[in-house]
Amino acid sequence: MREIDVSEISKAVKNLCIDANYRLSSDMENAIQDACDKEKSVLGKQIFKQLQKNLQIAREEDIPICQDTGMAVFFINIGQDVHFTGGNLTEAVNEGVRQGYTDGYLRKSVVRDPIIRENTGDNTPAVIHYNIVSGEQVEITIAPKGFGSENMSRVFMLKPADGEEGVKNAIVQAVKDAGPNACPPMVVGVGIGGTFEKCAIMAKEALTRKVGEHSEIPYVKMMEEEVLDRINSTGIGPGGLGGTVTALAVNIITYPTHIAGLPVAVNICCHVNRHRSTVI
Amino acid sequence: MEKKITAPFDQNTIQDLHSGDMVYITGTIYTARDAAHKRMKEALDNKQALPIGIKGNVIYYMGPSPAREGRTIGSAGPTTASRMDKYAPQLLDMGLCGMIGKGKRSKEVIEAIVRNKAVYLAAIGGAGALLSKAIKKSEVVAYDDLGTEAIRRLEVEDFPAIVVIDCEGKNLYETAISQFCTIN
Repeated sequence: MREIDVSEISKAVKNLCIDANYRLSSDMENAIQDACDKEKSVLGKQIFKQLQKNLQIAREEDIPICQDTGMAVFFINIGQDVHFTGGNLTEAVNEGVRQGYTDGYLRKSVVRDPIIRENTGDNTPAVIHYNIVSGEQVEITIAPKGFGSENMSRVFMLKPADGEEGVKNAIVQAVKDAGPNACPPMVVGVGIGGTFEKCAIMAKEALTRKVGEHSEIPYVKMMEEEVLDRINSTGIGPGGLGGTVTALAVNIITYPTHIAGLPVAVNICCHVNRHRSTVI
Repeated sequence: MEKKITAPFDQNTIQDLHSGDMVYITGTIYTARDAAHKRMKEALDNKQALPIGIKGNVIYYMGPSPAREGRTIGSAGPTTASRMDKYAPQLLDMGLCGMIGKGKRSKEVIEAIVRNKAVYLAAIGGAGALLSKAIKKSEVVAYDDLGTEAIRRLEVEDFPAIVVIDCEGKNLYETAISQFCTIN
Protein backbone atom coordinates (compact mmCIF):
# COMPACT_ATOMS: atom_id res chain seq x y z
CA MET A 1 0.00 0.00 0.00
CA ARG A 2 1.33 3.42 -1.00
CA GLU A 3 -0.05 6.64 0.43
CA ILE A 4 -0.41 9.69 -1.81
CA ASP A 5 -1.53 13.05 -0.49
CA VAL A 6 -4.15 14.52 -2.82
CA SER A 7 -2.32 17.87 -2.82
CA GLU A 8 0.22 16.13 -5.08
CA ILE A 9 -2.61 15.39 -7.50
CA SER A 10 -3.74 19.04 -7.50
CA LYS A 11 -0.21 20.23 -8.20
CA ALA A 12 0.24 17.77 -11.08
CA VAL A 13 -3.14 18.66 -12.57
CA LYS A 14 -2.39 22.38 -12.45
CA ASN A 15 0.85 21.90 -14.38
CA LEU A 16 -0.80 19.59 -16.92
CA CYS A 17 -3.54 22.15 -17.65
CA ILE A 18 -1.02 24.90 -18.36
CA ASP A 19 1.54 22.84 -20.25
CA ALA A 20 -1.04 21.13 -22.49
CA ASN A 21 -2.56 24.46 -23.51
CA TYR A 22 0.72 26.23 -24.34
CA ARG A 23 2.65 23.47 -26.09
CA LEU A 24 1.54 20.69 -28.40
CA SER A 25 3.19 17.31 -27.93
CA SER A 26 6.01 16.46 -30.34
CA ASP A 27 3.96 13.78 -32.16
CA MET A 28 1.38 16.45 -33.08
CA GLU A 29 4.03 18.99 -34.11
CA ASN A 30 5.73 16.38 -36.30
CA ALA A 31 2.42 15.35 -37.87
CA ILE A 32 1.66 18.99 -38.76
CA GLN A 33 5.13 19.38 -40.33
CA ASP A 34 4.70 16.17 -42.38
CA ALA A 35 1.23 17.24 -43.47
CA CYS A 36 2.51 20.65 -44.57
CA ASP A 37 5.07 18.91 -46.79
CA LYS A 38 2.37 16.68 -48.28
CA GLU A 39 -0.38 19.27 -48.82
CA LYS A 40 -0.99 20.00 -52.52
CA SER A 41 -3.22 23.09 -52.17
CA VAL A 42 -1.26 26.36 -52.24
CA LEU A 43 -3.69 28.01 -49.82
CA GLY A 44 -3.63 24.83 -47.69
CA LYS A 45 0.16 25.01 -47.44
CA GLN A 46 -0.08 28.67 -46.39
CA ILE A 47 -2.54 27.68 -43.67
CA PHE A 48 -0.17 24.98 -42.40
CA LYS A 49 2.60 27.60 -42.20
CA GLN A 50 0.26 29.84 -40.16
CA LEU A 51 -0.50 26.92 -37.83
CA GLN A 52 3.20 26.29 -37.31
CA LYS A 53 3.84 29.97 -36.63
CA ASN A 54 0.92 29.88 -34.16
CA LEU A 55 2.50 26.97 -32.28
CA GLN A 56 5.81 28.78 -32.13
CA ILE A 57 4.25 31.99 -30.73
CA ALA A 58 2.29 30.01 -28.12
CA ARG A 59 5.40 28.12 -27.00
CA GLU A 60 7.70 31.14 -26.88
CA GLU A 61 5.27 33.65 -25.37
CA ASP A 62 3.33 31.44 -22.95
CA ILE A 63 -0.03 32.11 -24.59
CA PRO A 64 -2.65 29.42 -25.26
CA ILE A 65 -2.38 27.80 -28.71
CA CYS A 66 -6.15 28.28 -29.10
CA GLN A 67 -8.42 30.66 -27.18
CA ASP A 68 -10.75 27.73 -26.53
CA THR A 69 -8.69 26.11 -23.82
CA GLY A 70 -11.41 23.52 -23.51
CA MET A 71 -13.31 21.64 -20.92
CA ALA A 72 -10.69 19.73 -18.92
CA VAL A 73 -11.08 16.00 -19.58
CA PHE A 74 -9.03 13.49 -17.58
CA PHE A 75 -8.24 9.81 -17.83
CA ILE A 76 -6.84 8.74 -14.48
CA ASN A 77 -5.47 5.24 -13.97
CA ILE A 78 -5.27 4.45 -10.29
CA GLY A 79 -3.18 1.56 -9.01
CA GLN A 80 -5.34 -0.49 -6.66
CA ASP A 81 -2.58 -0.45 -4.02
CA VAL A 82 -2.75 3.34 -3.65
CA HIS A 83 -4.41 5.00 -0.67
CA PHE A 84 -5.21 8.70 -1.05
CA THR A 85 -4.85 10.94 2.01
CA GLY A 86 -5.49 14.58 2.80
CA GLY A 87 -8.87 14.94 1.12
CA ASN A 88 -11.15 13.86 -1.68
CA LEU A 89 -9.52 12.86 -4.99
CA THR A 90 -12.13 14.41 -7.30
CA GLU A 91 -12.05 17.66 -5.37
CA ALA A 92 -8.26 17.64 -5.65
CA VAL A 93 -8.44 17.26 -9.44
CA ASN A 94 -10.91 20.14 -9.65
CA GLU A 95 -8.67 22.26 -7.40
CA GLY A 96 -5.82 21.65 -9.84
CA VAL A 97 -8.04 22.73 -12.75
CA ARG A 98 -9.11 25.83 -10.83
CA GLN A 99 -5.47 26.84 -10.19
CA GLY A 100 -4.24 25.91 -13.66
CA TYR A 101 -6.93 27.78 -15.56
CA THR A 102 -6.62 30.86 -13.33
CA ASP A 103 -2.82 31.10 -12.97
CA GLY A 104 -2.24 30.06 -16.59
CA TYR A 105 -4.55 32.73 -18.08
CA LEU A 106 -6.65 30.02 -19.71
CA ARG A 107 -10.21 30.70 -20.85
CA LYS A 108 -12.95 29.64 -18.45
CA SER A 109 -15.55 28.09 -20.70
CA VAL A 110 -17.62 25.96 -18.34
CA VAL A 111 -21.19 26.87 -17.35
CA ARG A 112 -22.78 25.48 -14.17
CA ASP A 113 -26.01 24.38 -15.79
CA PRO A 114 -26.51 23.48 -19.46
CA ILE A 115 -29.76 25.47 -19.71
CA ILE A 116 -29.25 28.36 -17.29
CA ARG A 117 -25.64 28.81 -18.49
CA GLU A 118 -23.93 30.77 -15.72
CA ASN A 119 -20.14 30.55 -16.03
CA THR A 120 -18.51 28.81 -13.06
CA GLY A 121 -15.59 31.23 -13.38
CA ASP A 122 -12.82 28.66 -12.89
CA ASN A 123 -13.45 26.05 -15.62
CA THR A 124 -14.56 23.45 -13.08
CA PRO A 125 -15.90 20.88 -12.89
CA ALA A 126 -13.65 18.69 -14.99
CA VAL A 127 -14.87 15.55 -16.75
CA ILE A 128 -12.96 12.69 -15.13
CA HIS A 129 -12.75 9.05 -16.19
CA TYR A 130 -11.26 6.87 -13.44
CA ASN A 131 -9.87 3.46 -14.17
CA ILE A 132 -8.58 1.00 -11.56
CA VAL A 133 -5.39 -0.82 -12.60
CA SER A 134 -2.77 -2.98 -10.89
CA GLY A 135 0.12 -1.48 -8.95
CA GLU A 136 0.72 1.55 -6.75
CA GLN A 137 1.06 4.39 -9.22
CA VAL A 138 -1.35 7.00 -10.50
CA GLU A 139 -1.22 7.97 -14.18
CA ILE A 140 -3.00 11.20 -15.06
CA THR A 141 -3.72 12.15 -18.67
CA ILE A 142 -5.33 15.45 -19.52
CA ALA A 143 -7.05 16.15 -22.84
CA PRO A 144 -8.50 19.70 -22.77
CA LYS A 145 -11.26 19.61 -25.39
CA GLY A 146 -12.43 22.61 -27.37
CA PHE A 147 -16.02 22.54 -28.54
CA GLY A 148 -15.61 23.60 -32.17
CA SER A 149 -14.71 20.01 -32.91
CA GLU A 150 -16.51 18.42 -29.93
CA ASN A 151 -19.81 19.74 -31.33
CA MET A 152 -19.21 17.86 -34.58
CA SER A 153 -18.73 14.47 -32.88
CA ARG A 154 -21.26 11.65 -33.28
CA VAL A 155 -22.47 8.34 -31.87
CA PHE A 156 -23.91 5.80 -34.34
CA MET A 157 -25.81 2.73 -33.12
CA LEU A 158 -25.19 0.54 -36.18
CA LYS A 159 -26.56 -2.95 -36.82
CA PRO A 160 -24.23 -5.97 -36.72
CA ALA A 161 -25.01 -6.49 -40.43
CA ASP A 162 -23.53 -3.05 -41.21
CA GLY A 163 -20.12 -4.56 -40.45
CA GLU A 164 -16.73 -3.04 -41.16
CA GLU A 165 -17.91 -1.13 -44.22
CA GLY A 166 -20.74 0.43 -42.24
CA VAL A 167 -18.30 1.58 -39.59
CA LYS A 168 -15.93 3.10 -42.16
CA ASN A 169 -18.79 4.93 -43.88
CA ALA A 170 -20.01 6.30 -40.54
CA ILE A 171 -16.58 7.72 -39.67
CA VAL A 172 -16.14 9.36 -43.09
CA GLN A 173 -19.69 10.75 -42.95
CA ALA A 174 -19.05 12.32 -39.53
CA VAL A 175 -15.92 14.03 -40.88
CA LYS A 176 -17.74 15.25 -44.02
CA ASP A 177 -20.55 16.68 -41.91
CA ALA A 178 -18.00 18.41 -39.67
CA GLY A 179 -16.22 19.97 -42.65
CA PRO A 180 -14.67 23.36 -41.93
CA ASN A 181 -16.45 23.72 -38.56
CA ALA A 182 -14.12 21.33 -36.74
CA CYS A 183 -10.92 23.26 -37.56
CA PRO A 184 -9.30 20.74 -39.89
CA PRO A 185 -6.76 19.18 -40.18
CA MET A 186 -8.35 16.95 -37.59
CA VAL A 187 -7.44 13.96 -35.50
CA VAL A 188 -10.31 11.47 -35.50
CA GLY A 189 -10.85 9.37 -32.38
CA VAL A 190 -13.09 6.33 -32.83
CA GLY A 191 -14.58 3.89 -30.35
CA ILE A 192 -16.14 0.71 -31.74
CA GLY A 193 -18.09 -1.71 -29.57
CA GLY A 194 -19.06 -1.69 -25.90
CA THR A 195 -22.27 0.21 -25.21
CA PHE A 196 -23.67 3.65 -26.07
CA GLU A 197 -21.52 5.40 -23.42
CA LYS A 198 -18.51 3.09 -23.55
CA CYS A 199 -17.84 3.74 -27.25
CA ALA A 200 -17.97 7.50 -26.66
CA ILE A 201 -15.40 7.33 -23.87
CA MET A 202 -13.17 5.12 -26.02
CA ALA A 203 -13.42 7.61 -28.88
CA LYS A 204 -12.20 10.37 -26.57
CA GLU A 205 -9.44 8.18 -25.16
CA ALA A 206 -8.33 7.31 -28.70
CA LEU A 207 -7.48 11.00 -29.18
CA THR A 208 -4.85 10.71 -26.45
CA ARG A 209 -2.93 8.05 -28.38
CA LYS A 210 0.11 9.45 -30.17
CA VAL A 211 -0.43 10.45 -33.76
CA GLY A 212 1.53 7.99 -35.88
CA GLU A 213 0.96 5.05 -33.54
CA HIS A 214 -1.54 2.46 -34.67
CA SER A 215 -3.79 -0.13 -33.05
CA GLU A 216 -1.99 -3.38 -32.28
CA ILE A 217 -4.88 -5.34 -33.84
CA PRO A 218 -3.94 -5.89 -37.51
CA TYR A 219 -7.41 -5.40 -39.04
CA VAL A 220 -8.00 -2.27 -36.92
CA LYS A 221 -4.67 -0.81 -38.06
CA MET A 222 -5.74 -1.42 -41.67
CA MET A 223 -9.06 0.30 -41.00
CA GLU A 224 -7.24 3.30 -39.51
CA GLU A 225 -5.11 3.63 -42.63
CA GLU A 226 -7.95 3.12 -45.09
CA VAL A 227 -10.33 5.53 -43.36
CA LEU A 228 -7.57 8.17 -43.18
CA ASP A 229 -7.06 7.84 -46.94
CA ARG A 230 -10.77 8.19 -47.57
CA ILE A 231 -11.01 11.24 -45.30
CA ASN A 232 -8.09 12.87 -47.10
CA SER A 233 -9.85 12.26 -50.42
CA THR A 234 -12.85 14.37 -49.38
CA GLY A 235 -11.03 17.57 -50.37
CA ILE A 236 -12.03 19.41 -47.17
CA GLY A 237 -8.39 20.34 -46.50
CA PRO A 238 -6.75 22.64 -43.93
CA GLY A 239 -9.21 25.19 -42.57
CA GLY A 240 -11.88 23.51 -44.70
CA LEU A 241 -10.62 25.62 -47.59
CA GLY A 242 -9.78 22.73 -49.89
CA GLY A 243 -6.79 20.44 -49.95
CA THR A 244 -5.35 16.98 -49.69
CA VAL A 245 -4.83 16.82 -45.91
CA THR A 246 -8.08 16.83 -43.94
CA ALA A 247 -7.01 14.57 -41.07
CA LEU A 248 -3.64 13.80 -39.52
CA ALA A 249 -4.69 10.46 -38.03
CA VAL A 250 -7.56 8.11 -37.32
CA ASN A 251 -7.13 6.38 -33.95
CA ILE A 252 -9.50 3.48 -33.22
CA ILE A 253 -10.11 1.60 -29.97
CA THR A 254 -12.36 -1.49 -29.90
CA TYR A 255 -14.14 -3.35 -27.09
CA PRO A 256 -16.39 -6.42 -26.88
CA THR A 257 -20.06 -5.69 -27.51
CA HIS A 258 -23.54 -7.27 -27.44
CA ILE A 259 -24.78 -9.74 -30.10
CA ALA A 260 -27.47 -7.26 -31.15
CA GLY A 261 -25.39 -4.12 -31.60
CA LEU A 262 -22.48 -2.30 -33.20
CA PRO A 263 -22.00 1.06 -31.43
CA VAL A 264 -19.56 3.48 -33.06
CA ALA A 265 -18.51 6.85 -31.67
CA VAL A 266 -16.53 9.42 -33.61
CA ASN A 267 -14.88 12.09 -31.47
CA ILE A 268 -13.39 14.69 -33.74
CA CYS A 269 -10.53 16.87 -32.57
CA CYS A 270 -9.06 19.87 -34.31
CA HIS A 271 -5.34 20.24 -35.05
CA VAL A 272 -4.94 21.52 -31.48
CA ASN A 273 -5.13 17.95 -30.18
CA ARG A 274 -3.80 18.51 -26.68
CA HIS A 275 -2.86 15.65 -24.45
CA ARG A 276 -0.33 15.32 -21.63
CA SER A 277 0.37 12.57 -19.14
CA THR A 278 2.23 12.29 -15.89
CA VAL A 279 2.84 9.44 -13.45
CA ILE A 280 2.82 9.90 -9.69
CA MET B 1 -5.46 37.45 -54.52
CA GLU B 2 -3.99 39.24 -51.48
CA LYS B 3 -5.55 42.53 -50.44
CA LYS B 4 -5.10 45.04 -47.63
CA ILE B 5 -8.45 46.42 -46.51
CA THR B 6 -9.76 48.81 -43.87
CA ALA B 7 -12.53 48.08 -41.35
CA PRO B 8 -15.36 49.01 -41.13
CA PHE B 9 -15.69 48.01 -44.80
CA ASP B 10 -17.24 50.47 -47.24
CA GLN B 11 -19.35 49.28 -50.17
CA ASN B 12 -16.50 49.69 -52.67
CA THR B 13 -14.28 47.45 -50.55
CA ILE B 14 -16.97 44.79 -50.19
CA GLN B 15 -17.76 44.69 -53.90
CA ASP B 16 -14.08 44.26 -54.65
CA LEU B 17 -13.78 41.20 -52.35
CA HIS B 18 -14.09 37.83 -54.04
CA SER B 19 -14.46 34.38 -52.59
CA GLY B 20 -10.92 33.01 -52.15
CA ASP B 21 -9.16 36.35 -51.62
CA MET B 22 -6.74 36.54 -48.73
CA VAL B 23 -7.12 39.83 -46.88
CA TYR B 24 -5.25 41.73 -44.18
CA ILE B 25 -7.65 43.89 -42.20
CA THR B 26 -6.67 47.12 -40.45
CA GLY B 27 -9.13 49.19 -38.43
CA THR B 28 -11.96 48.66 -35.96
CA ILE B 29 -14.02 45.50 -35.51
CA TYR B 30 -16.31 44.25 -32.72
CA THR B 31 -16.43 40.85 -31.02
CA ALA B 32 -19.67 39.07 -30.17
CA ARG B 33 -20.48 35.40 -29.75
CA ASP B 34 -23.38 33.27 -28.51
CA ALA B 35 -24.42 35.00 -25.29
CA ALA B 36 -23.89 38.53 -26.67
CA HIS B 37 -26.00 37.73 -29.73
CA LYS B 38 -28.75 36.34 -27.53
CA ARG B 39 -28.78 39.58 -25.52
CA MET B 40 -28.80 41.76 -28.62
CA LYS B 41 -31.76 39.77 -29.94
CA GLU B 42 -33.60 40.24 -26.63
CA ALA B 43 -32.89 43.99 -26.77
CA LEU B 44 -34.31 44.20 -30.30
CA ASP B 45 -37.37 42.16 -29.31
CA ASN B 46 -37.96 44.64 -26.47
CA LYS B 47 -37.48 47.61 -28.83
CA GLN B 48 -34.34 48.70 -26.98
CA ALA B 49 -31.23 50.18 -28.57
CA LEU B 50 -28.25 47.91 -29.19
CA PRO B 51 -25.07 48.67 -27.23
CA ILE B 52 -23.08 49.09 -30.45
CA GLY B 53 -23.97 50.57 -33.81
CA ILE B 54 -24.51 47.68 -36.18
CA LYS B 55 -24.77 49.64 -39.42
CA GLY B 56 -21.56 49.43 -41.41
CA ASN B 57 -19.71 47.42 -38.78
CA VAL B 58 -17.90 44.09 -38.73
CA ILE B 59 -18.45 41.42 -36.06
CA TYR B 60 -15.72 38.93 -35.19
CA TYR B 61 -17.11 35.76 -33.59
CA MET B 62 -14.50 35.41 -30.87
CA GLY B 63 -14.13 35.00 -27.11
CA PRO B 64 -10.51 35.52 -26.04
CA SER B 65 -8.53 33.84 -23.31
CA PRO B 66 -7.58 36.28 -20.50
CA ALA B 67 -4.75 38.74 -21.18
CA ARG B 68 -1.56 38.30 -19.20
CA GLU B 69 -0.30 41.50 -17.48
CA GLY B 70 1.12 43.88 -20.06
CA ARG B 71 -0.65 42.19 -22.95
CA THR B 72 -3.51 43.56 -25.03
CA ILE B 73 -5.43 40.33 -25.23
CA GLY B 74 -4.98 36.58 -24.78
CA SER B 75 -5.34 33.96 -27.47
CA ALA B 76 -7.95 35.23 -29.94
CA GLY B 77 -9.01 32.88 -32.74
CA PRO B 78 -12.45 32.56 -34.37
CA THR B 79 -15.31 30.47 -33.05
CA THR B 80 -17.80 28.44 -35.11
CA ALA B 81 -19.98 30.92 -37.02
CA SER B 82 -23.01 28.67 -37.57
CA ARG B 83 -24.01 29.07 -33.91
CA MET B 84 -24.77 32.70 -34.73
CA ASP B 85 -26.81 31.83 -37.87
CA LYS B 86 -30.08 32.27 -35.99
CA TYR B 87 -29.24 35.92 -35.28
CA ALA B 88 -27.15 36.99 -38.31
CA PRO B 89 -29.86 37.69 -40.94
CA GLN B 90 -31.58 40.27 -38.72
CA LEU B 91 -28.27 42.04 -38.02
CA LEU B 92 -27.35 41.96 -41.72
CA ASP B 93 -30.72 43.50 -42.56
CA MET B 94 -29.89 46.24 -40.03
CA GLY B 95 -26.70 47.02 -41.94
CA LEU B 96 -24.01 44.73 -40.51
CA CYS B 97 -21.51 44.59 -43.37
CA GLY B 98 -19.11 41.85 -42.38
CA MET B 99 -18.65 38.79 -40.20
CA ILE B 100 -15.44 36.99 -39.32
CA GLY B 101 -15.60 33.43 -37.98
CA LYS B 102 -14.98 29.91 -39.13
CA GLY B 103 -17.13 27.22 -40.67
CA LYS B 104 -20.29 26.91 -42.74
CA ARG B 105 -23.22 29.35 -42.83
CA SER B 106 -26.90 28.61 -43.33
CA LYS B 107 -28.85 29.27 -46.52
CA GLU B 108 -30.69 32.10 -44.73
CA VAL B 109 -27.42 33.82 -43.80
CA ILE B 110 -26.03 33.49 -47.32
CA GLU B 111 -29.24 34.99 -48.75
CA ALA B 112 -28.98 37.87 -46.27
CA ILE B 113 -25.34 38.44 -47.25
CA VAL B 114 -26.31 38.74 -50.92
CA ARG B 115 -29.44 40.82 -50.18
CA ASN B 116 -27.45 43.33 -48.15
CA LYS B 117 -24.15 43.22 -50.06
CA ALA B 118 -22.16 42.01 -47.06
CA VAL B 119 -19.27 39.57 -46.71
CA TYR B 120 -18.29 36.54 -44.58
CA LEU B 121 -14.63 35.94 -43.87
CA ALA B 122 -12.87 33.07 -42.15
CA ALA B 123 -9.90 33.40 -39.86
CA ILE B 124 -7.82 30.29 -39.24
CA GLY B 125 -9.47 28.22 -36.50
CA GLY B 126 -7.16 27.34 -33.65
CA ALA B 127 -4.54 29.94 -34.54
CA GLY B 128 -5.45 32.15 -31.58
CA ALA B 129 -1.89 32.96 -30.53
CA LEU B 130 -0.95 34.12 -34.04
CA LEU B 131 -4.14 36.15 -34.51
CA SER B 132 -3.71 37.89 -31.15
CA LYS B 133 -0.57 39.55 -32.53
CA ALA B 134 -2.71 41.48 -35.03
CA ILE B 135 -4.89 42.94 -32.25
CA LYS B 136 -3.39 46.22 -31.07
CA LYS B 137 -6.14 47.40 -28.73
CA SER B 138 -9.06 45.71 -26.99
CA GLU B 139 -11.77 47.33 -24.91
CA VAL B 140 -14.96 45.86 -23.47
CA VAL B 141 -17.84 48.06 -24.65
CA ALA B 142 -20.91 46.06 -23.53
CA TYR B 143 -22.11 43.12 -21.46
CA ASP B 144 -19.03 43.12 -19.23
CA ASP B 145 -20.66 40.50 -16.99
CA LEU B 146 -20.44 37.95 -19.82
CA GLY B 147 -16.67 37.72 -19.33
CA THR B 148 -15.06 36.25 -22.44
CA GLU B 149 -18.42 36.64 -24.24
CA ALA B 150 -18.62 40.41 -23.65
CA ILE B 151 -18.68 42.72 -26.68
CA ARG B 152 -15.21 44.13 -27.33
CA ARG B 153 -14.04 46.85 -29.68
CA LEU B 154 -10.78 45.75 -31.27
CA GLU B 155 -8.24 47.80 -33.16
CA VAL B 156 -6.56 45.42 -35.58
CA GLU B 157 -3.59 45.76 -37.89
CA ASP B 158 -3.04 43.41 -40.82
CA PHE B 159 -5.41 40.82 -39.33
CA PRO B 160 -5.30 37.85 -41.74
CA ALA B 161 -8.55 36.37 -43.05
CA ILE B 162 -9.92 34.67 -46.14
CA VAL B 163 -13.04 35.71 -48.04
CA VAL B 164 -15.35 32.69 -47.92
CA ILE B 165 -18.75 34.07 -48.99
CA ASP B 166 -18.61 37.22 -51.09
CA CYS B 167 -21.42 39.71 -51.74
CA GLU B 168 -22.58 37.67 -54.74
CA GLY B 169 -22.94 34.54 -52.63
CA LYS B 170 -19.94 32.63 -54.01
CA ASN B 171 -18.86 30.16 -51.34
CA LEU B 172 -15.22 29.08 -51.09
CA TYR B 173 -16.06 26.09 -48.85
CA GLU B 174 -18.01 24.58 -51.75
CA THR B 175 -15.78 25.52 -54.66
CA ALA B 176 -12.41 24.76 -53.01
CA ILE B 177 -13.48 21.44 -51.49
CA SER B 178 -14.95 20.15 -54.76
CA GLN B 179 -11.68 21.04 -56.48
CA PHE B 180 -9.75 18.57 -54.31
CA CYS B 181 -12.43 15.94 -53.70
CA THR B 182 -11.63 12.58 -55.31
CA ILE B 183 -14.39 10.42 -53.75
CA ASN B 184 -18.18 10.66 -53.56
